[in-house]
Amino acid sequence: MSLALPAPDITRALTRISHEILERNSGSESITLLGIPTRGAHLAKRIATIIEGIEIVPVQVGTLDITLHRDDLRMRPPRALMPTLIPPLGVEGRNVVLIDDVLFSGRTIRAALDALGEIGRPKSVQLAVLVDRGHRELPIRADFVGKNLPTSIDQSVLVHLTELDGADEVLIEGGVK
Amino acid sequence: MKHLLSINDLSKSEAIAILDTAQELARVSDGPMKKLPTLRGRTIVNLFAEDSTRTRISFEAAAKRLSADVINFSAKGSSISKGESLKDTAQTLQAMGADAVIIRHGASGAAQRLADSKWMSGAVINAGDGTHEHPSQALLDAFTIRKHLAKSGEDLTGIKVVIVGDVLHSRVARSNVLLLAKLGADVTLVAPPTLLPVGIESWPCKISYDFDSAIIGADAVMMLRIQQERMSEMFFPNAREYSRYFGLNSDRVKVLKPTTLVMHPGPMNRGLEITADAADGARSVIVEQVSNGVSVRMAILYMLLAGAPEGELVGITREVGAL
Repeated sequence: MSLALPAPDITRALTRISHEILERNSGSESITLLGIPTRGAHLAKRIATIIEGIEIVPVQVGTLDITLHRDDLRMRPPRALMPTLIPPLGVEGRNVVLIDDVLFSGRTIRAALDALGEIGRPKSVQLAVLVDRGHRELPIRADFVGKNLPTSIDQSVLVHLTELDGADEVLIEGGVK
Repeated sequence: MKHLLSINDLSKSEAIAILDTAQELARVSDGPMKKLPTLRGRTIVNLFAEDSTRTRISFEAAAKRLSADVINFSAKGSSISKGESLKDTAQTLQAMGADAVIIRHGASGAAQRLADSKWMSGAVINAGDGTHEHPSQALLDAFTIRKHLAKSGEDLTGIKVVIVGDVLHSRVARSNVLLLAKLGADVTLVAPPTLLPVGIESWPCKISYDFDSAIIGADAVMMLRIQQERMSEMFFPNAREYSRYFGLNSDRVKVLKPTTLVMHPGPMNRGLEITADAADGARSVIVEQVSNGVSVRMAILYMLLAGAPEGELVGITREVGAL
C-alpha cells in the first residue's frame, strides 16, 4: 500500500478545484454542487465550504444517489439506498457540478446522469473528481481533476476522508508497481 | 433473503433497511418522474386468490414504478375457479418466466408452500395468507409510525402501540406484533377473549380486555377489521355491544394525545370498529398508510429482485467505491 496523496495535497487539490469551478461558471450564483454518496457527498460539502469562503454567498449543495440507475445491480447483492438531497433551487436550468471521489470506469457517472435526468434538465453538467485513475469504459471525462493517478487495472485506489475514516489520504493498494 | 413470507424471515437490521430504502423511494414518488429503470425486464405476477383492493393495486403500482412488467391474476376469471391446483398454477407461471409471485391466498401457509416447492424458481412474496401473516402491511405500518414518531435509520424503541379488534382472524395483527416487537415498540393487543387466538401468551406483546385503560398514553392506535367473512359462529353478542367496548369513537379519540396516530389497514367497517369521525379525524393516517404502502412495497421488490440471486453472484473484481 502506498500513499498517493497526503492530507495537505487533498486540501490543496480541493481548493484549486473550487477556484476552477468558480472561474468556469463566473461565480457561484448559477452552480449546484451534487456529491455522489458516500465520499463524493463529503467532498461536495467541503468544496461548498471553500467556495462560500471565497464568494461569501451560500452555495447550493446536495447529494445524488445513483444506486437505482446502476447497470451492475443484477450482478451483486441488493444495496441499501443512500439519501438524495436536492437543494431548494433544484437542478432546472442550473450548472450542476457532480462530485465524486474516484473516476474509474465512468459507469457511476453515466448512472448519475440518468438519475439527474429524472430530477430535471440542468443547463449544463460538469464533473469534479478528487482522483482520476484511468481505465475508462465509457466516453466520459472529468472537468475538474484533483490528481491524475496512473494505475494498473489490478490495483485499487482507496480514498479516506476525515469525516468517515478519521484521516485524509489517498492510497494505492495491490498490483505490481 | 429470497422470499418474504413472514416477518420472521427478516432480521431487525433487514427490517430497518427496508424502511430506510422505502423512505428514499418515497422521494421518487413525490418527484416529477415517478418511474425508475431498476427492474426493467423483470416479470412480476400478482396472484390473488382472495379479494383485495389496496394490496393488489399497491404492489402493482410499486412494480410499475420500478419498470417491472406486471401480470395480474385473480381467482375469479381464471382457471383457479375451475378447480386448478396451486401447483399447476405455479408451474404455468414458471413456464411464463415469472421472476416473482406476489400471492394472496385464503389458506394459511399457501405462500410458504409455494416457496418450499420446486414448482417455480422465482421469489415469493406473501401478500396475506389466511389468518397467518401479511408482512408488507406490517412494514408499511411500521414505516408510517416511524415517519411520524421516530427518526429515519432508527427503530421504534419505546413507542407504545395499541392494536384493537379481531386478532383471531387477523394476519395483519400477527405480522404487526412480530415486527413492532422486533423494532423495540411496546405493543398491547386489545380484544374480547373470544377474538384472541390460542397461544396468544407466547406473542411478544401485552394483552388487555379494556380498551379505555389501554389507550391512555398510546402513541399509535391500530384498529383491525371485524372479518365477518371468516366468522362462522358468534364471537360477540351483537355489533352495537362490540362497538361500545372495542370501537374507536370520538369519546375515545378525545382521550388520545394530540400526536397519537389513528391507523387502520382497511377496508374499514365504518360504524363497527371505527366511527366515521375517528376515521376521518386529524389524527387519522389511514389514507397516508395507503400511499406509504407503495413506497414500502417498492423497497420490498427492490430488495428481493434488484440484486443478483443468492449464490449466483457474477464475479466482479472491482471495489464498489472505485467504480
